[in-house]
Amino acid sequence: MPMRKRRWTEWAISAPSVLWLIIFFVIPTLLVVAISFHPASPDGGIGKAWTLQTWRHISNPNYPAIVWRTLWISAATTAGCVLLSLPCAFAIARMQKKWRAIMAGLIMLPFWTSFIVRVFAWRLLLHPEGFLKHVLVSLHLAEPNTQLLYNSGAILMVSIYSFLPFAIMPIYAAAEKFDFSLLEAARDLGAKSFFAFRKIFIPGIRRGVISATLMVFIPSVGSYVIPDLVGGKNSELIGNKIYQRTFPDRNLPHASALSTIMAISVLVPLGLVACFLRRQDRDEALRIAESNAVKQRGGAA
Amino acid sequence: MKRNPFPMIVLLLVLAFLYLPIIVLTANSFNLSRFGGAWEGFTLNWYHQLIRDDDVWIAFANSLLIAAGATLSSCVLGTTAALALHRWKTPLQNVHYGLIYTPLVIPEILMGISLLLAFTAAGIDCGLHTILLAHITFCVSYVAMTVLARLQDFDDSLIEAARDLGANGWVSFIKVQLPLLFPGIVSGGLLAFTLSIDDFVITFFVAGPGASTLPLKIYSMIKHSPKLPVINCLSTVMLMLTFVLVLASRALQNIRHQKTAQKTA
Repeated sequence: MPMRKRRWTEWAISAPSVLWLIIFFVIPTLLVVAISFHPASPDGGIGKAWTLQTWRHISNPNYPAIVWRTLWISAATTAGCVLLSLPCAFAIARMQKKWRAIMAGLIMLPFWTSFIVRVFAWRLLLHPEGFLKHVLVSLHLAEPNTQLLYNSGAILMVSIYSFLPFAIMPIYAAAEKFDFSLLEAARDLGAKSFFAFRKIFIPGIRRGVISATLMVFIPSVGSYVIPDLVGGKNSELIGNKIYQRTFPDRNLPHASALSTIMAISVLVPLGLVACFLRRQDRDEALRIAESNAVKQRGGAA
Repeated sequence: MKRNPFPMIVLLLVLAFLYLPIIVLTANSFNLSRFGGAWEGFTLNWYHQLIRDDDVWIAFANSLLIAAGATLSSCVLGTTAALALHRWKTPLQNVHYGLIYTPLVIPEILMGISLLLAFTAAGIDCGLHTILLAHITFCVSYVAMTVLARLQDFDDSLIEAARDLGANGWVSFIKVQLPLLFPGIVSGGLLAFTLSIDDFVITFFVAGPGASTLPLKIYSMIKHSPKLPVINCLSTVMLMLTFVLVLASRALQNIRHQKTAQKTA
């Protein structure tokens, strides 16, 4: 085929998706950053002038506290998910092939259901007159006036629940390839089982752990539904603020500035992975993350 | 060798943790008690109330319509994207890959707000049409990735054989590549359909007043309706529907595997 015709075919086949994503993804994203430098007009629209006013507002003490809370809840969610996933992935990877498939299926099944339904289920469970409260009070583990719902603890709990499979699946994918005879060798040489787990198993599956970290941290930073339904007035996250500024307050420049901050919070850990990891670790971690993102249909946000 | 039982115990606890909310939710949809703290007796009353709620049916119809539109459009865009990405390794395709990949990793709320701002700036009123445009946008990436994975397993020598036998590029694509790719496109389409039916955050931002889908309806019921048990029923129906769909698609895959196994045997 002549060169010119090949170029033409390539552009023709690429054009539909490229143009679509430029119009509906790239331009809107750039617009968000641009609007944060415009003033809000009184009618809830966007003013024409350029200004740094919004960014000055954003640096007042309220906002950094919310950003900080978002980051620590996301970090705690990530740590919780990874810590729970390590023994789970270890246990599944040591099973027979048939059981491994069944276990992976059992873990994924709840997450093929509607995200909002799952968060609602927790709201019901933690409700002041709900099941969990009832059980805890009758076991004398909680006072009748203990508030389980509407605080940071509830957000953390439901976030770990919602994002756990994003951690289990990549760590399990790495653990499945791990050579378990290494652990036996270590124990034959006198290592205690936890020592061997920490010094041999965890380094062996580090790529799975890296991609699990990214896949939990990113959606936690972007969380809106969870803090909205189980969090309270004193546990707002960036996602809640973006919603508030967009709809009830109708201050679009503020919402844009907050979205820009959220985007940066997501890009920083991605950038760290890209810059500081060894090339092979990084590529493998991103590959695992990518194949799992599609498999799990990114079912949470 | 004696194994440490600790990982197995954690796994069983995690499974209990994963299923507890779902089991309590389902049980409570049949519970006379309004908040489900304790069992007060069996009832189908909440289900009767659900069936009589017209808004739920309208939201359901909207969800199906948008999911169908988003699935068809994103299948076309995603398949052409995957074909281009697979066939050429040029700077253009590097950019193209970035465009497809990035929407998969950014939080949904960012896509929601950016589309809302774009529609506002362009003076477009929000409604079902803006929901459809948004859904197509996030489905494209998932379809493209699914089809691309299928293309990577594809035996390119089949195309060469078709060419050797005299087929031109277009004919070999329609007669050879597309039929072989079809299962990949179907599974990408199924993914797009479930994503679209399930999406809340992006839809919430671009819906505008009045337009409702099933997740939006559930959310507004959670926020505003005093009838908690009716939401339990709707949630249970959706849970069961998903479970049946997943099990059915698993069963279909198994049948197909057995058939191919028989053919090769």
